[in-house]
This record gives sequence, C-alpha cells and structure tokens, in this order.
Amino acid sequence: MEDAARLLQLIVNGAAAGCIYGLIALGFVLIYKATEMVNFAQGEIMMLGAFVAYTLISHFGMSYWAGFLLAICITAVFGYLLDAVVLRRVIGQPQFAVVMLTLGLGFIFRAAAGIGWGYDPVGFNTPFTNRTVGAGSLILGQDNVSIIVGTVVLCGILFVFFSKTRVGVAMQASSQNQLAAYYMGIPVRRIFSLIWAIAAGVAAIAGILLSPVSMIDVNMGFLGIKAFAAAVIGGFGSIPGSVIGGVLVGIVEQLAGYYLPVGFQEVTSNVVLLGMLILRPQGLFAERMGKRV
Amino acid sequence: MRYLFRTDYRQDMALWRHKGDLFWYGLLVVGLLVIPMAMGEFYVGELGGLFIFAIAGVSLMLLVGYTGLISLGHSAFLGIGAYVNSVLLAKGVPFIVTLPAAGLFTALCGAAIGWPTLRMSGLYLAIATLAFGSIVGTIFQKWTSVTGGFDGFPVPTPDIFGYPIEGATGIYYVSLLVLIFVIWLTANLLRTPVGRAMVAIRDSEVSAQSMGIHIARYKALAFAISAGMTGLAGALFAHYVRYLAPDAFDVLLSVQFVTIVFVGGLGSIHGAVFGAIFVRLLPQAIAIVRDDLPFGIGRMPGLEPSLFGLVLVLVILFQPGGINGLWLKTKHWFQAFPLKRQASFRRQKSYARSERLK
Amino acid sequence: MTVLFKAEDISVRFGGIRAVDSVSFDVNKGEVFSIIGPNGAGKTTIFNLISRIYNTTEGKLTFDGQDFTHTPPNKIAGLGIARTFQNIELFANASLLQNLLIGRHCHSTVGILSQMAFLPSARRAELQHREKVEDVIAFLGLQRYRDTLIANLPYGVRKVVELGRALCTEPKLLLLDEPSSGLNVEETEGMGFWIEDIKKDLGITVIMVEHDMALVSQVSDRVMALNYGKVLAMGTSHEVQTHPEVIRAYIGGDVEAEA
Repeated sequence: MEDAARLLQLIVNGAAAGCIYGLIALGFVLIYKATEMVNFAQGEIMMLGAFVAYTLISHFGMSYWAGFLLAICITAVFGYLLDAVVLRRVIGQPQFAVVMLTLGLGFIFRAAAGIGWGYDPVGFNTPFTNRTVGAGSLILGQDNVSIIVGTVVLCGILFVFFSKTRVGVAMQASSQNQLAAYYMGIPVRRIFSLIWAIAAGVAAIAGILLSPVSMIDVNMGFLGIKAFAAAVIGGFGSIPGSVIGGVLVGIVEQLAGYYLPVGFQEVTSNVVLLGMLILRPQGLFAERMGKRV
Repeated sequence: MRYLFRTDYRQDMALWRHKGDLFWYGLLVVGLLVIPMAMGEFYVGELGGLFIFAIAGVSLMLLVGYTGLISLGHSAFLGIGAYVNSVLLAKGVPFIVTLPAAGLFTALCGAAIGWPTLRMSGLYLAIATLAFGSIVGTIFQKWTSVTGGFDGFPVPTPDIFGYPIEGATGIYYVSLLVLIFVIWLTANLLRTPVGRAMVAIRDSEVSAQSMGIHIARYKALAFAISAGMTGLAGALFAHYVRYLAPDAFDVLLSVQFVTIVFVGGLGSIHGAVFGAIFVRLLPQAIAIVRDDLPFGIGRMPGLEPSLFGLVLVLVILFQPGGINGLWLKTKHWFQAFPLKRQASFRRQKSYARSERLK
Repeated sequence: MTVLFKAEDISVRFGGIRAVDSVSFDVNKGEVFSIIGPNGAGKTTIFNLISRIYNTTEGKLTFDGQDFTHTPPNKIAGLGIARTFQNIELFANASLLQNLLIGRHCHSTVGILSQMAFLPSARRAELQHREKVEDVIAFLGLQRYRDTLIANLPYGVRKVVELGRALCTEPKLLLLDEPSSGLNVEETEGMGFWIEDIKKDLGITVIMVEHDMALVSQVSDRVMALNYGKVLAMGTSHEVQTHPEVIRAYIGGDVEAEA
C-alpha cells in the first residue's frame, strides 16, 4: 500500500514537472509550426517571465493574481518585439543560423537577468506555497497540483483560441500555408510576431507556476533542454502532443530518480530524447511526409 | 587587382590560386616555426591553445560550413579524444599511437552517433547532438574508474621515439603540425568528389540525391571525419590543460566551437582559423579590461558566455559572412579603389526556404 | 527502333488520391517525348516516380531492359537517367564549375582515403572529370559564368546550368521538368535549340514535361497528354493537340457542343 502511494506521489510530482516541460515545449512547437524556427531561448524567456512576476509581486506589492497576469502580458510583449526586431531579419538564412541566433540570445538574456536580478535564487509567496491537499493516504503539494490544473486550463484556453477566434484561425492558416494566407489578406508577419508573443506568454506562465516548487534563478532556463525531449515525443508539430510528451518525460525522470542510481535522473530526458529521435523521429503522434519538388 | 589567366585545368585544382599565395602561406609557416624561439612560455602556450581550437574549428567547418549540418555536441568529441589519448598514455602506449587512436576512436563515435541521427535535418540534429553532448559529459563524470571523475585525470607527458614533448613549446609544434595536416585533409576533400557531395547536400538534398549521392552515407562520413579531427584536437587539448576535469567538456565549449565557425565565416577554411583567433583572444581581451569596466560588469560571473552570445547574434544579424567575409570585402575595396561598387557584396533577397517535409 | 524506357501500368496513391493512375508509355531511343496536361495532372509526379523520389504503388519501370522499380534514388543517375527540376534545384552557394562537377559524382570511383590524401589516382580522376565538365561548358556556351556563384546568376542562365549539370552525368535519358518555366520568349527559343542539339548531337533521349505548346511542337517526336493522373491521348504533337479529350481537359465544358 505504501509503495503504491509512493508511486502515485512520484507520478504526480513527475506529471507536475512534466507540465512545465510541456508548456515550454508548447512554445517551441507554436513557433516551429508557424515559422520553422526553433527558439532555443524559450527556457530563458520562462526565466525572465518568472523574474518579472517576482519584481511585480515582491517589490511593487501586487497581489499574486494581478502580478501573474501583468507578468504574462509583459513577457508576451517582449516576445512580440523579439520577433519583430530580431528574428524577422534572419528569414531566409539557414535553419541552423537561427538555432545559433536564439542560443546566443539565451546567453544574453541570462546575463541580463544576472545584472538585473542578481545571481542569488529568489522566490515569492504564492497561494499554493507549502500547502497540501490530501486524499486518503495520499498527500499532494498544492504547488504541484496548481501546475497540473494550470496546464490543463491553459490548454483548454489555447484550444478555444485556435479553433474559435479569428486571430487563432488566421494563425493556423499562416502556419499551414504562408503564401495562401498572405493572399487571403492575413498580415502574416504580424501573425508570426503574435505567435511569438503567445509562446513567450506561455513560457511566463510556466515560470510562474514553477516558482513555488523551485526558486527562481538565472539558470532555470536550462529546463528548456529537457523540454526538447517533450517536443520531440510530440513530433514537433502537435500542441497536445508536446504537453503529453512533457508529462511522460517528467514521470520517467521522477521514476528514474527513485529507482536508478544517483546521476541517472539528470540524463533521463536526454536519453529519452535520443532514443526517440533514433527510433521514431517523427514523434508519437505525427505522420511522415516528404519534401516536394 | 590581379587577374588569373588559366591555361590548364590543374590550376583550378591547386590548393593556392597563384605563386603569391604560396609565398605568403610559406612565410606564415616559417614565421610560426620561429616564434617559440622569440616568445615567452605563456604566449607560446596560448598560441598552442589557439592551434588546438583552430583544429576543432576546421573540423566543425567541414560539418557546419560545408555539409550544412549543425552540431552542438562537439565538446563531447573533444572530450572523448582527450580521455582516449590520456588513458592510453597512462597505460604505457606511445604517443605516436595514442594520437591517431584518439582520432580514429572519436571518428567511430561520430559515425555511431551520426548514422541514426542523420535522417534528421538541421533542427533535430542540433537537439540530438546537444543531448548527446550532455550524456557524454555525464559519463565522464560518473565513470570514475576510467576518468577519475571530479578528482581529475593527470595527463602523462608524451614522448616521440624517446624525445619527451615537454612544456608549451613541445605541444605548440605538435599542434601546429596537426593543424596543417587537418587543413590539408580538408582542402583535399573540398577539391574531390567527396567534398563536393557534402556541399551538394548542404545546398539541395533532393538534387544531390538525383546526382547519385547517397545522402545518409555522406552525412555520416562528414560527421565521422569532423568528429575524428576534433578527437585529434582533444588529444592535444589534454596535453594543453595537463589535468582533465570532466566538466571542461560542457555545452558552453560546444557553443564556443560553433561560434568559431559562425564568427569566422561559414564555408571557408580561412574563416575557421580567423574564428579560432577571435574566440581565443576574446577572454584575453576581457581579462585585460576587466578591472576598468564600469558598474562592476567586469566581475560579472556570466560575462564571457554572454559576450559570446552577443557576438554570435550580431554576426548572424549583420555580418553573415563573418570575419572572412569582412576580410574579402576589405581586400576587394583596396583592390578596386576608387571604383568601389555598392552592389558587389549586396546580399540577395532571400525567402524562407522550407525545410519542412510536406 | 529500340525501346529505351518503359512504364507499365504505374500508379501512385497519396492517401486516397490516385495522383498517377495506371499510366503506361514507352520511349524510344533517340526521341523527344513530351508529357503535357493541366496543372495537377500528375506530370511531375511521373518524374518523381522515375527518379524514385516516390515509390510506385503499382506497376513496373524498365530502363534499357532493366527493371528499376525498386532501385534506390541515388542509383538512378548511375543507370543513366538524369533530371532537372521545375523550380531549379541547383547548389546555390557553389560556383557553376562546382555544380557541374557534382554532376560527375556518379562516375567517381576513387576511394575516400585516396581523395583525402589527393593521391595520384584521385588527381587523374579529377582531371578526367574536369575535361568532361569543360566539354559541357563549351557545348552550352557557359564559359563566362564558369566561376560565378549560382546565387549570383540570372534565372535564365541557371536553367541552362541545371541542364548542363544533368548532361555531366552522361545520361542516356534526360528528364526535363518544365525547361521553359520562368523563361522569356527568347530564352525559351534558345532552350528549344539546346534540346534539339542534345537529341541530335549527343544522341540523348529526352522526356520533357512542358506547358509551352510552341516548344512542345518544336522539339517533340511524340506527346502524351495527362489529366487527373490518367492518359488522355498519345501521338504526334498535332494529333494530341487536336484530340477532343485534350481540348476538353484544357478548356473544360462539352466539346461536342462547341463542335
């Protein structure tokens, strides 16, 4: 009985961590589907979002929810500008140039955060910190539960947004065929910047949801590397796929941390990633297609 | 301005365009051979380090600049080369064997990781090599019976036929020799079908295939050759640092290597060497001005990586030709003076070329 | 007359769509065979089937008496089939000379290690390749662009370069995918002359997908018309162009009503 409870505990913790990976991966996928770029700085944007929320809540004395929303907006605007000012210039350059560009941006963001907020980990009070919900012999941290609930709610909102709203449908159209969308009068460039904004906003949400579980510091962006595993499992094209992939990675990682010797936990996500790329590079959910000539 | 009049196809195949080139390269080599006699131990050591980075730069240039494949895991190949060389040396194997062994073993590792991952294009490869690099880094740390883990691994002093290669000067000469060898190999590849097949894969896989090029085979080959040359660099790196620590071979080092390629200028061996000079000089330059910078920026912990990031971003945005491109432009400007033409180097307007599989 | 290439009942399905639906045709040695049809008729798909970029769902492809339905795509050039692409797939960041040299790839037999060391065998092979390439450059009159990067060449020249690259493989059969697309009237005329020269002087058999009817009439020995992946008509250029089914496919509507 105790083993089962422990297992369940591990799975919930893993799922919570996995939701964070999934949210970051969701940002990768959104941007990739639309622009064929991959934002290696997605983890750093999450870090910036968390720091912005920290400033708003701890320094300006905002309430948690107000700080939460404002931080998302600020990060989203930042994402929009990032695309409009920087990324738009490299359209037409090889894909790996964009990879290096965003990787470089990540280094800059980390340094900027270090200058702005220092190198010591910080945290702020949330309604979920140090609280638990119990169900029978199972005791769960509200922080973990809030991550899972938050991710589910966010996925619902995004689903409605992409299928029901005008802008969302325009985004889908632009992702599928830029030229056709352009001819239909959709402002493709602005749509792409908006997609960057959404990806940045989602990253900020991930950062804020994560903050009761782990402290905010400049290196939290390295989580982004684990999120790649999530995106790859989802086939780099599917939004629900990336979240499911994230949860899978999170759970496997927790189990590996418990059942395998020390040191394996850190590499689990990388092993999963490589194995996935070798055995099933198209992901669990996508179908295989070939380039047209 | 010099015009080339070709009278023989052989001229196109030569490694230098004309006698002038040969003269300058010769002078450079002679100069480099003499330098250790005139310079202090520290500078000779730093130059040796520069050669090692240039070897890694040239090897990565073959992969990134000529084959169009990215690798964010080359620090792992450097590490594999370093450990293979040092462990074999410690077992009493002579250096003349361990150095090529390090290269060959790393090439095999490169092929082994390359073969399955090469069905993937740019982005997936970047992620896969990133993961590979971090897994190998963890192995260096945890496989303590071989690598010594965080206690480190003292690298024995090598000798060639009984002559010990001691101090900075010894490593300097060996590194210079290996660098010339690696550049020669790469230049040969580029003037023969293998290298052209790589260039073809970089520019259009579909038509490369219809020209009879086995894409997966040539990608794996490029990966193996590049990894092998980086392994050679790794073996020399071990002697340069003299004490191997497992965390030396991290992602940051891989990013530095890719920075060499981008800052130097994609698709040029000169560029790889220029890039290596830049990447090695930057930390020195920071060290010199560190105390004079305002707001304590000089003592900021992440200064070096963030500067690498900044340079990388600026180069990709504003100078995609890198230092080599800048050099060509300058040369052209002087040769054509005063008939400078604005259009000579104007970039063609390009559109996003879809790599997406439809 | 000997048959060089034969397609027997080839079909390919993408999902539920039959892009090519049991098409059969054979091409005689030394002729120019054109495939016409409205957009989406499956013309380029046939080329992609012959280049083995796509797998045929059904049917059989024969070249020079040899079944190559399951030959891997990188072996096709070695058989003696070369092709060009609708939207030009050249190696844009390499010089014209290098592009043509890549066309020689299927004839390179020297080992990798000898190439790395540039041994005399590699040097000899390289000289031979270069002589062949210079012949093609002279044939197509591309001398002045010899060392220019493809990215800096005008579109019309690139079309000729792609033709040249295909010729460098020393093909027996040349597949030209819309050789005139994107060219102006004069350039199209020039292209027509190249195709005639290739047929007459080099004796290479040509299969061509083309929209420009003037070019088709000028160079073709036989023409095949396709629509919705099916053969509508086959015969001389005049026969096909006046075939009622073909006119209906292009103009739409009921031909009999018009007649």
